[in-house]
Amino acid sequence: MSDFPFLLLMIAVPAVGAAVVAALPRGRDLLAKQISLGVSLVVLLLAVLATVAFDAGGDRFQLTSSVSWIEDFGVSFALGVDGIALVMLLLIGVLVPVVIGASWDDEPVGTRSMTVFFAWILLLEALMVGVFAATDVFLFYVFFEAMLVPMYFLIGSFGGPRRQYAAVKFFLYSLVGGLIMLAAVIGLYVVSANQGEGSFAFEVLNAIDIDPDVQKLLFLGFFVAFAIKAPLVPFHTWLPDAGAEAPVGGAVLLVGVLDKVGTFGFLRYCLPLFPDASRDFAPYVLALAVAGVLYAALLAMGQSDMKRLVSYTSVAHFGFIALGIFVFTTEAATGAVLYMVNHGLATGLLFLVVGMLIARGGSRRISDYGGVAAQAPVLAGVFLVAGLASLALPGTNSFVSEFLVLVGSYPSRPVFTIVATVGIILAALYVLLMYQRTMHGPARGLMGGHDLATPDGGEPAGPAGDTGGATATATVTAAPATARRVPDLSRREIAVASPLVALIIVLGVYPQPLIDLIEPAVAATISDVGGDPGGAEPQADTDAARTEAGN
Amino acid sequence: MDTVPADGLLSASWLLIALPLAGAAVLLLGGRRTDRWGHLLGTATVAIAFVIALACAFSLDDRQVAVHLFTFIDTGSLEVDAGLLFDPLSAVFALLITGVGALIHVYSIGYMAHDPRRRRFFAYLNLFVAAMLLLVLGDNYVALYVGWEGVGLASYLLIAFWHERPAAATAAKKAFIMNRVGDVGLALAIFVMFAQLGTVTYEGVFGSVGLLAGGTVTAIGLLLLLGACGKSGQFPLQAWLPDAMEGPTPVSALIHAATMVTAGVYLIARSAPIYDLTETARTVVLVVGAVTLMIGAIAGCAYDDIKKVLAYSTVSQIGYMFLAVGLGPVGYAAAIAHLLTHGFFKAGLFLGAGSVMHAMDDQVDMRRFGGLARKLPITFVTFGLGYLALIGFPFLSGYWTKDAIIEAALDRGGVSGWVLGGVAVLGAGLTAFYMTRLMLMTFFGRARWAPSAPGRPAPHPHESPSVMTVPMVVLSVGSVAAGFLLVQVFPLDEWLAPVFGEPHEAEHVIAPAVVATVVTAVMVLGVLAAWLFVGRREVPVVAPERVSVVTRAARKALYADAINESLFMRPGQWLTRALVWVDNRGVDGAVNGLAAGLGGSSSRLGRAQTGFVRTYAMGMLGGAVLVAGALLAVTAG
Repeated sequence: MSDFPFLLLMIAVPAVGAAVVAALPRGRDLLAKQISLGVSLVVLLLAVLATVAFDAGGDRFQLTSSVSWIEDFGVSFALGVDGIALVMLLLIGVLVPVVIGASWDDEPVGTRSMTVFFAWILLLEALMVGVFAATDVFLFYVFFEAMLVPMYFLIGSFGGPRRQYAAVKFFLYSLVGGLIMLAAVIGLYVVSANQGEGSFAFEVLNAIDIDPDVQKLLFLGFFVAFAIKAPLVPFHTWLPDAGAEAPVGGAVLLVGVLDKVGTFGFLRYCLPLFPDASRDFAPYVLALAVAGVLYAALLAMGQSDMKRLVSYTSVAHFGFIALGIFVFTTEAATGAVLYMVNHGLATGLLFLVVGMLIARGGSRRISDYGGVAAQAPVLAGVFLVAGLASLALPGTNSFVSEFLVLVGSYPSRPVFTIVATVGIILAALYVLLMYQRTMHGPARGLMGGHDLATPDGGEPAGPAGDTGGATATATVTAAPATARRVPDLSRREIAVASPLVALIIVLGVYPQPLIDLIEPAVAATISDVGGDPGGAEPQADTDAARTEAGN
Repeated sequence: MDTVPADGLLSASWLLIALPLAGAAVLLLGGRRTDRWGHLLGTATVAIAFVIALACAFSLDDRQVAVHLFTFIDTGSLEVDAGLLFDPLSAVFALLITGVGALIHVYSIGYMAHDPRRRRFFAYLNLFVAAMLLLVLGDNYVALYVGWEGVGLASYLLIAFWHERPAAATAAKKAFIMNRVGDVGLALAIFVMFAQLGTVTYEGVFGSVGLLAGGTVTAIGLLLLLGACGKSGQFPLQAWLPDAMEGPTPVSALIHAATMVTAGVYLIARSAPIYDLTETARTVVLVVGAVTLMIGAIAGCAYDDIKKVLAYSTVSQIGYMFLAVGLGPVGYAAAIAHLLTHGFFKAGLFLGAGSVMHAMDDQVDMRRFGGLARKLPITFVTFGLGYLALIGFPFLSGYWTKDAIIEAALDRGGVSGWVLGGVAVLGAGLTAFYMTRLMLMTFFGRARWAPSAPGRPAPHPHESPSVMTVPMVVLSVGSVAAGFLLVQVFPLDEWLAPVFGEPHEAEHVIAPAVVATVVTAVMVLGVLAAWLFVGRREVPVVAPERVSVVTRAARKALYADAINESLFMRPGQWLTRALVWVDNRGVDGAVNGLAAGLGGSSSRLGRAQTGFVRTYAMGMLGGAVLVAGALLAVTAG
């Protein structure tokens, strides 16, 4: 079964699907959607079957296949996954059908055709699979850059009012990062060529020793590209624009999957290939990561645009992920990988539900909403689940990953961990502020009703305190006399949101199967970089050794 | 004592959590289909859980029983099990939570009868009970943390139950945020335990905590205390609890009086082996308890909102419990005893307050009450018994359990003993004052009833239906008898001995009889003072403006909100605004400028998509040339 070309098919099926959908005549939107959904479900099935075929305790890379591509330079179309890449493929498999379902009723901007939109989504899926499945550094680079094209058009053609500015900015940042990485990729080849036969194969490169000074340069080349992609402060300013202007489906894939290529890159390339440089630069990266946790959270609180707010929360979350990666412990890095998956689900859902709200009100401004919970309780409930997952409430998937990152970071980097832990207060603030302003209170703004002068927290007329059932009902029915009824979630929207809600809760209660997949790959990575491979027996007298090992 | 694997009925103790959790899930996912019987299902799950808890407690036999469910997280050297620990301490809490919880569910059937969202109310209550049971039954700190934040969520949902009201929505958010501040402490304590001991189970931590340096133990103790302060509304995180009264009154009774807010006491008592090793942390617990019991008592004297008075009373009474656990081994059992009796009488008082509000068109201003004793006889009697129990009327519940704490404080000896004992006695006097004031303003004197809003008829007080009064009666029986039973008949300290060690006869600095006499005398003084200031005079329907500085400060709860706002909220808002400006102008501006420098003019970046694609193409081309050149160089060389 493991000889079955899962990975190749996961790239080929959506790529062919994209071509078919793109070739459909204009106006065949429904057919385009049906084909896209079918294709994406096939990819999901393949991802699940690949997971079944994967042996967590086996070789580092599995389901491998390799076809020589540019023989002169040792480039091959080599695919393979470790546990880390595999869970990312699962995430892609889940998110793409959800995104297609969520974009089902989207109206195209101007004269564009929605068939094109779905074609770009499928092409993006193929390329995203490729970037995680590539085991050849050059192939990785090709996918890394090619991935930008569909996303560029998704933002630039189907986005909000400032879509062109956002798309250009997104592209420019990625371009700069990509070019710097390209230089490093070439450098890596040169180094390998100097030590024998030049190669781009990850396992060959991982085996060679690189001079520490050269490592530093190459590390920086990769690091900058990845730090832009999974934006770490101060490389983050493209994300709020891109996240806000992208169509909701595009934003989910952008923040949910595309940006994870950055943190994935840290783990796959920076740590194993440049272990000395990784250790040298770790304190600086950690400082950026932790600064980002607080800085982006504060910025999220200050946003008036819901999609920008969610984008900033992601920057804060990427700070947690980077923290987990650069402390070099198995617990924290396992947490970081789990975080990459969980963040995709949680923030994906948050973007989707914000999009559903925007579809009803026609505005991204928080202040245009109020009291939605009374009129659309299911929407409010899904919003709350997404928000709680975003603030990592126990019982949701994000708690497990955030807890692992922090608990695994503390032994070696207590100060950074303490500062990052303060971020959990800020996370509660930005989520609950947005939730209260849009969902609670009397019906307001676009939701109809009187635009009450009472600011948030003001006392309403009448007695303070408990109003009892009867009067509370009276206020519901009395206030929005002029209210436009906000329709609650449609069946399609519920069908789109429920898989994510279910995964958020299931993975919050029983995360161990995913951890079992991730941990061996993480342990291999951590041992590459010379960190704590984990498995120390819990006893008191190892604490001194632990602290030393971490420092 | 060693923990043994669960057998028989005890191995099914996970049902305690699963039942209410399933109830919540059915009610939330079932939608309107469950409207007709949702409240019955919600009540049944908790009632059955109570029966199971009772049976489990009877089959416990002084043992500590472990139930392994599944592996929650296992990676590296971290292992967290979903495991339960059923021991005398968790048994006591399970009984309190399910027992009082079931009564309050019954009461809510009547109280929420006319609310269109009653089903959801029961779903949230069930969720709360499940999370609270996980909190007290978990066998490790992570399970406790999961329950800890779970009850925080339930509390948030229930405070904001009438979320159309901005005050309720804001109070809910405030509660959650202030709790999260405390949660940071609890989380960090867990991190330190894992870093230093490699484990987060109670058994593992308590078994090896003695090997740690004193400073580390103190740090763990203080971090746990921070968590406890957040959840239990203790200084300096007390300001959210009175605001939480925006929630429906059954919520105030169950969550914000009887159970959730006492979780901090549970945390410290459960962590007794840690606190036993750190005098410093215990002293801080003592100070927090003493300060909070005074803050609560002072503020309780000044409020006119019946629920806020009870809320500050809760703050103050939990202060007594913190004081007790801060005393160490002599105080743990006393704290838990007071926690239990407080659970009875304070829940009863809140249910009584709910009954009064029910009668008074949901008003809460005591200046608009008066003369309700005859209109609401059952409420008056049950509330009156709760009142007597709270102020420590001889031989009622509070008398036994509060006196035990005061005695233990005085037994400490030395200056600190006198100061703490003095504060506790003074607090008892203030308690008597504010509760008597509440009784007089509500049930006695002239009726000062007025319409709840312009255009509504004046209230016609009527007694609540029996579905509400029966739970009140049951709780009032508890208020009368629980203290005597727990101290004299089935001594709680002996039941808890497997957890806290055998009780030993303390050496009394002052004879208990003298203490009891003095405390009773101070209590009578408090009652008399209330009679002099409130009972003898006509109660003004509008609060007097010209009052002393002390009264003014008490009305503002000693300016806790003002301090929080000026220290954290406003600076936080300024910081946020400043950072948004910096991020838009500074960071983004610099990058845009750089990009403009590379690509030409900044205006072109903004508008020219086509120009940009050219740039990109050039970039790709340049890159490709670079690659080709480098590769050629390498192969050639």
